[in-house]
Amino acid sequence: MAKRKNRGRRHPLASAALLILGLAAVGGGYTVVSEAADASAPAPAASQLTAEDGQRLYMANCATCHGVEAVGTKNGPTLIGVGAASVNFQVMTGRMPLAFQGPQADQRNPQFTQEQSDAMGEYIQTLGAGPDKPDEEWLDTSATGVDIANGAELFRINCAMCHNVAGAGGALTEGKFAPNLHDIDGAHIYEAMLTGPQNMPVFNDNNISPEEKRDVIAYLHYLDESPSVGGWDLGSLGPVSEGLFIWTLGLGSIVALTVWLTSRPN
Amino acid sequence: MTATQAARKQSLTSKASNYLDERTSISGAVSFLGRKIFPDHWSFMLGEVALYSFVAILISGTFLTFFFDPSMTHVPYEGSYVPLKGIGMSVAYHSALDISFDIRGGLLMRQVHHWSALLFVASIGLHMLRVFFTGAYRKPREINWVIGFLLFILAMAEGFTGYSLPDDLLSGNGLAIINGMVKGIPLIGTWISYFFFGGLFPGTAIVPRLYILHIMLLPAILIASLGLHMLLLIINKHTQFAGPGRTKGNVVGSPIMPVFAAKAGGFFFLVFGAIMLIASLVTINPIWNYGPYDPSPVSAGTQPDWYIGFADGALRLVPPGWEVELFGYTLTIAILAPMAVMGVFLVLVAFWPFIEAWITGDKREHHMADRPRNNPTRTAIGAAGIIFYAVMWAAASSDLMATHFSLNVFYVIHVLQALLILGPIIGFWLTKRIAIGLQKKDREMVLHGFESGRIVRKPGGEFIEVHQPVDEYERWRLTSFDAYEPTKERPNSAGRITAGTKIRGSLSRWFFEDRITPVTKSELEQSKHDH
Repeated sequence: MAKRKNRGRRHPLASAALLILGLAAVGGGYTVVSEAADASAPAPAASQLTAEDGQRLYMANCATCHGVEAVGTKNGPTLIGVGAASVNFQVMTGRMPLAFQGPQADQRNPQFTQEQSDAMGEYIQTLGAGPDKPDEEWLDTSATGVDIANGAELFRINCAMCHNVAGAGGALTEGKFAPNLHDIDGAHIYEAMLTGPQNMPVFNDNNISPEEKRDVIAYLHYLDESPSVGGWDLGSLGPVSEGLFIWTLGLGSIVALTVWLTSRPN
Repeated sequence: MTATQAARKQSLTSKASNYLDERTSISGAVSFLGRKIFPDHWSFMLGEVALYSFVAILISGTFLTFFFDPSMTHVPYEGSYVPLKGIGMSVAYHSALDISFDIRGGLLMRQVHHWSALLFVASIGLHMLRVFFTGAYRKPREINWVIGFLLFILAMAEGFTGYSLPDDLLSGNGLAIINGMVKGIPLIGTWISYFFFGGLFPGTAIVPRLYILHIMLLPAILIASLGLHMLLLIINKHTQFAGPGRTKGNVVGSPIMPVFAAKAGGFFFLVFGAIMLIASLVTINPIWNYGPYDPSPVSAGTQPDWYIGFADGALRLVPPGWEVELFGYTLTIAILAPMAVMGVFLVLVAFWPFIEAWITGDKREHHMADRPRNNPTRTAIGAAGIIFYAVMWAAASSDLMATHFSLNVFYVIHVLQALLILGPIIGFWLTKRIAIGLQKKDREMVLHGFESGRIVRKPGGEFIEVHQPVDEYERWRLTSFDAYEPTKERPNSAGRITAGTKIRGSLSRWFFEDRITPVTKSELEQSKHDH
């Protein structure tokens, strides 16, 4: 019996091996093909895309909700006068095009290249001028005169009530939320302050000057770059995550120790 | 080593102990204490966890007092944390930052102090639950329950005063909430607030005042109560679970000398080691993120430490608009209602042993710990209490539940509001049913044995599963418990049944109407004849 079993049947792992082989072949094949397709796609022209290109992109991707000529529909607000800064923020953080209708647009991988986004920004600017993308000068956090302490103070006063002092984010009403601010591009932080996307208030240049905006960016980048001095930061969420930790891992391991200490060998 | 050397050594130690004994008569106490017996069950060690974390708090706290300065003098920051350079702040916050960044080992000690404080209160809570569910607070231990409850409150007070000391944004926000609650008390609220803060909130008096409370007054009361707690523990002796050889008149376990002392000593280092490990690997209260206290900003995710969370949650669960105006005075029900609910809850916890003794009318001494299932109503009340507390506690993190599970924060609150009322009722009913079910299973086990998994075919063709009788030890464990009956409503000397007696009677019926009695000898004999 046993002999026949050995001879007549496949190895118990044979089907698993076959499955892995098949998956590898299909996946590898797909990767090769898609890479080839990427390579054959026309490389984004080094030359600047124009406002007309932007309009074409707009009509194809945005007009369903924001309307022809960006006048707005019942599904989306008008974009006349929102400016290139707003377009860059919404498109390059992946919030637009909107993945689905909900309380708030979620951050995801951007669906357009920087050039395409810029072209759409230019087109939107032609409809009615609004705030433009920030100058490089205001994004250079290593420039002289940048004051991280000032940025931190401004952040605590103006931003922390929604975004939390460590930029960990927080809840707003009706399922809306202030997102986490870790590892955000300086230009996007600047544009968010300038244009007030979603539920965020606008902090214009009279309210928080470009220098001060740069300080805020410098503080947020300081938080990204500096290691947590006290060890694992538990998400910088404050006492709730600390309480959760002590009740689960802390007290849990100590109860396990008491059980171990009072156990008797059988 | 020669015999004479050994003899001399021995005589040295005995000489030393003799010297001490002649001057202090300590030998009686040592041999008495050395014979104190500790039962071998893991749940009896939770109070020790609290004690050991308190030792860690004392040691690390002493270190912190060397460097912390509670002064409210305003100074610019000159330490090494870049994002606060030059910012104006109190000396208290400055010195707390210096402990974190510029004093060797300071941050570790701060984290040890804070983590062990969280562990201290958590282990007290778990210890109280153990005592509650095993009925270990019954006569003669009611007073020790009350002292233990006092320790729990003192631990929370210590935690709260400590939380407020660094004078960062988080601690100031905590004080602002307390200030708001105090001011919500009619008539005297404003005056109490003025008295407490030495004028208008926040002022400069509060941090030095809290410091004195935190490092002197509260610890002194806490240590005195702790001493009393331990003294009563020795006088009352430990309870124990039923088992072979365990009676009301003895305690089975290990004596302090030498077994338990060695175990407890080892356990102390294990707890201490766990605290050190957590404190060195995990951040707690990064005060540098919060910045100096300023009454205008509030950070998202501002919560108290876990043990005050239930109070924060109670405030969050109040529906909007709970406020009435009477004769030109505003009554803030939104603050008064949660305060009343928490007060009633805490009073019920503190006086529970007396309440239960009144309902059962039981004046006997109890030295055997109940298995939770053997007093279904008490266990169910405990479960309901846990749920009630836990819902308030969870409400304190409603905003984080909303962001982390992509929920609407209003729905989270509404669900918790419903759970605050329905949760304890459902929990009570479920727990009682489960406990009674387990008791029925125990009865079944004693009367008919456990299913052995051995299927036997009888000559007639019938299949039966052989039930193996439980052994004597197990039977002892399963059958030795008290079953109460509802108290009779007897008329008093004047021949009347008073309202108090009636209330007590109905409470007693509610407690003990559904009950499973332990298997009696005759039932056991009867069941043997059945087979």
